[in-house]
Amino acid sequence: MSAVPRLEHPGINLGPAHPDTRGKSGELLFGFWVFLMSDAIVFGLLFATYAVMLHARAGGPGPKQLYDIKSAFIETLALLSSSFTFGMASLALKYSKRTGALVGWLVATMCLGGLFLRLEVQDFLSMLHNGAGPGRSGYLSAFFALVPLHGIHVFSGIVWMLALIVQIRRFGIDRDVKLGLLRLGLFWHFLDIIWVVIFSFIYLGGLA
Amino acid sequence: MSPSDGGSADNRAEYTRELRQYLWGYGLAVLLTLLPFGLVNWAALREYGLYVGIGACALAQVIVHFRCFLHIDPPRQNTDDLHLILFSGLLLFFMIAGTIWILSSLAARTG
Repeated sequence: MSAVPRLEHPGINLGPAHPDTRGKSGELLFGFWVFLMSDAIVFGLLFATYAVMLHARAGGPGPKQLYDIKSAFIETLALLSSSFTFGMASLALKYSKRTGALVGWLVATMCLGGLFLRLEVQDFLSMLHNGAGPGRSGYLSAFFALVPLHGIHVFSGIVWMLALIVQIRRFGIDRDVKLGLLRLGLFWHFLDIIWVVIFSFIYLGGLA
Repeated sequence: MSPSDGGSADNRAEYTRELRQYLWGYGLAVLLTLLPFGLVNWAALREYGLYVGIGACALAQVIVHFRCFLHIDPPRQNTDDLHLILFSGLLLFFMIAGTIWILSSLAARTG
């Protein structure tokens, strides 16, 4: 086992095999990490709002009537697996010179993210259909401020991934693509962490 | 995707280590997902115990994600990254605990 090198930044470190990103990646990824931590503060405050509003139902439906454990479970597995496939894409970026494996894993990640979004939108629509929209009660306002915000993040992650795939097709795996993929990796794994908190405290806590 | 194209033994060892890290992260995360969903689905514990179980699994899974997917490894990590995580954690704690404390106290007084 060789000596383990120091980590320059969060996420996978490309190391000496990628001299083009050296020096630049530490600075860029630290900046992106600052953004993610401030995003975490936004989510944290929305969680606090939800906790305070949980019993403000104005006679409307509560978590036990609205949440479906099966769909929350499938959504969780889809997003978790997409985090893993993105990890495989990062390894393909770091160790393989060919683009096929990298793009393949990215497409798999996009499909899993798309599956997650499709199921989530279905959940929201069935809630709206049952008259449980954001205007129904303080509790539902807090729910619709928090959970769809995470969904919008996932959606923008997919758009970003698509843009990077187009860049790979056009320019190959150049320095900017590598730095973009490193940042997108942090974003994607971060969204999965937010989802862990959402499914634990909102869905499972509400159904317990 | 094996590191065979131009990879030294050093490179291969690092590849194996990082692949293993992702696999472990995925396995542990799936386990820590199945456990709380199972507990809730079959109502395996009484209410209070159920909340503690869900919370413990969530905390463990967040740590697994930070360690295995975001590669946050305290002794090896750039100290700026760690300071930022600790500072954000501190802010989150104050803001969330403060919000819940003040607003539930207000609700209790005005309810």
